[in-house]
Amino acid sequence: MKESIFSFHNLLFGVYPYICLGVFFIGSWMRFDREQYTWKTDSTQLLSKDNVRLGSILFHVGVLLIFLGHFVGLLTPHFIFAAIMPDITHQYLAITAGTIFGLTAFIGGIILWFRRFFNPRIALTGRWADKFVLTWVMLTLIFGLLTIPTSIGHAGHGDPRVVTSLAEWIQSIVYLYPNPAFIEGVDTVFKLHLFFGMTVFLIFPFTRLVHIWSAPFSYLTRSYQLVRTKRLKYQEIERYDLGKSPEQ
Amino acid sequence: MKVRAQFALVFSLDKCIGCHTCSVTCKNTWTNRKGVEYVWFNNVESKPGIGYPKNWEDQEKWKGGWTLVNGKLELRSGGRMSKLLNIFANPDLPQIDDYYEPFTYNYARLQNAPLSEAAPTARPVSQLTGESIEKIKWGPNWEDIMAGEWSNRSADKNMDNVGREIYGQFEQTFHLYLPRICNHCLNPACVASCPSGALYKREEDGIVLADQDRCRGWRMCQSSCPYKKVYYNWESGKAEKCIACYPRVESGMPTICSESCVGRIRYNGIMLYDADRIEELASTQNEQDLYEAQCKIFLDPNDPAVIAAARAEGINEDWIIAAQKSPIYKMAIDWKIAFPLHPEYRTLPMVWYVPPLSPVQNQIDQGKLPTGPDGVIPLASAMRVPVKYLANLMTAGKEAPVVSALNRLIAMRSYQRMKRVEGVVDTRALEAAGISEETAQDMYRYLGIANYEDRFVIPTSHEEERLDDSHGFQGQNGFTFGNDSSTGISRVTLFPRRRKESMEPREKAPFAGDR
Repeated sequence: MKESIFSFHNLLFGVYPYICLGVFFIGSWMRFDREQYTWKTDSTQLLSKDNVRLGSILFHVGVLLIFLGHFVGLLTPHFIFAAIMPDITHQYLAITAGTIFGLTAFIGGIILWFRRFFNPRIALTGRWADKFVLTWVMLTLIFGLLTIPTSIGHAGHGDPRVVTSLAEWIQSIVYLYPNPAFIEGVDTVFKLHLFFGMTVFLIFPFTRLVHIWSAPFSYLTRSYQLVRTKRLKYQEIERYDLGKSPEQ
Repeated sequence: MKVRAQFALVFSLDKCIGCHTCSVTCKNTWTNRKGVEYVWFNNVESKPGIGYPKNWEDQEKWKGGWTLVNGKLELRSGGRMSKLLNIFANPDLPQIDDYYEPFTYNYARLQNAPLSEAAPTARPVSQLTGESIEKIKWGPNWEDIMAGEWSNRSADKNMDNVGREIYGQFEQTFHLYLPRICNHCLNPACVASCPSGALYKREEDGIVLADQDRCRGWRMCQSSCPYKKVYYNWESGKAEKCIACYPRVESGMPTICSESCVGRIRYNGIMLYDADRIEELASTQNEQDLYEAQCKIFLDPNDPAVIAAARAEGINEDWIIAAQKSPIYKMAIDWKIAFPLHPEYRTLPMVWYVPPLSPVQNQIDQGKLPTGPDGVIPLASAMRVPVKYLANLMTAGKEAPVVSALNRLIAMRSYQRMKRVEGVVDTRALEAAGISEETAQDMYRYLGIANYEDRFVIPTSHEEERLDDSHGFQGQNGFTFGNDSSTGISRVTLFPRRRKESMEPREKAPFAGDR
């Protein structure tokens, strides 16, 4: 284990994660507070429906499930996993789910990427940031997919250490005892994936990615009709069902 | 009974000359910006025709408005769960080409072209990509004055059961203009379909607005509005729609489309309605009963019980008086000559239409049209525009109310003609149409003379109820030091809040006492 002295590795996996998370949270909050008008999905479906349905659904579903997989697989404390399954099973599970949903997201992402760069309307009306963020997410995804052969290699030797050390590192970051030494020995492709993945959080508040915060689950429980009033006496009650008076 | 006031409009199609002044003034006021080049909050369609966007009335295609599922109202495009499942790509969203690809012309070319034998031309340029368009194939009003082939125009949904073949014949052609804006519905499908809750109806005047800050661009409103009057701004990524010119209306001025209407076909006024009955009446089983159902939701502004209930809801006295003088109430309820547009969408729209008479003077002069009691004015059923077509537009196909309205309009003309031309008071036509002489005179005053103060009865909004410190509000907008008038949206903000209240003596002025 390395001494706690400055090293590029420590900077990248001990300090950079906190910069990314700090910008992610505070940046999102600031933008939400001050820049509501820019907070949007920025859909281009109106301009061209070409392949949107296939590409967008595959991409979103894939990315969401992958995110969920990372969240559960890496942040669940080790003793819980240990009680359910051996580490090697965990690794095979990660490989299988990662391959399936990673490819789902990848196929959707490629469709969207080609559309964004080569559909003349989308390419010409798109902003630089839209192209950049999609490319960056796709690179993250590609490096993620490239880790799979390496993982299979490790798993084939019955060696689950990569997945456990990655989980230990990320838990050390999230639970605030940063220890970059956990992933000192992992293969470079994992480190590339980590760097690209962390940077997604860094650029998040400055791009259209903020729309993820606004997933509208509250729609499921809301009344269909919304009425707002300008009158002061009612203003604390912003919405109410059709036909019910605001006092009720 | 829950009384609410609604800002409503009537367009008298009988007088629309299709000049598009409404569209142009509206466009210049609200949508001459990037991202909304293709957007016309107000447009005028030539009917029969497929309109803007193409075939907007075909709800089997676009899934707009409401439908009944086991007797209960549900969005035709699917309920809440289906909205969320389709949130990554809206299956019913039109593409911009369904409206039209917005274009301008390369005017600079006229000045910077090199010297040549032939005069330089300004070629069309796409406002999306900036690239030349070889040939413009569609526009916001491509079918103007019956342009285009009948085979294309007759795809118009309202031609169902009218006889597409018959009216394709040259001698049988008919035509009317249909100006359209947002209907500011009592049961708006756009509001119901918005996953973010960004669209809302204003309690005070019923104007439906899209909150530009809360909109996230999920685009469900654009497809769920059966009138296709909510638009996606492709630059800002937000939904935009007709705002009923609320800054004008709040000040007592008519909407800009109404103000600028050359034919004086537009009427603005207040309707009182019972918000408790929206769901019940919008759920009326038979589509053809929806027009009558909507009539039932309106409350008589002269009924003392209604006035008392309106006061209890905090509706101001000048609004009640405006409702009593409302030209909308007169035409829709008293005279029954105005109808909603496509009540079968079950949104309870609040822009109503007086059907056009479309008489053909030449035909009348030649005595080719069967006429009424005066021997001069033709019968409603003999008019050039088939009644069935108008009924498909305004009463879900039920002809009787439309015929009655046309008869009343004709009777009024007949009565007025006899009086002016022959100098005889002949009330036979009026009796046949079931209206009194007084009503005919009123109808003449509102439809024929159409004075400004009769067309527009608009009470001002009560800003004093909105602001607890009106004095402090002055000078708050206009020139600002960045971030315009926004104070941020979070309850706990990262930034210092602006001090807004004016520094005034805290001691309140003494109450003047009951008057």
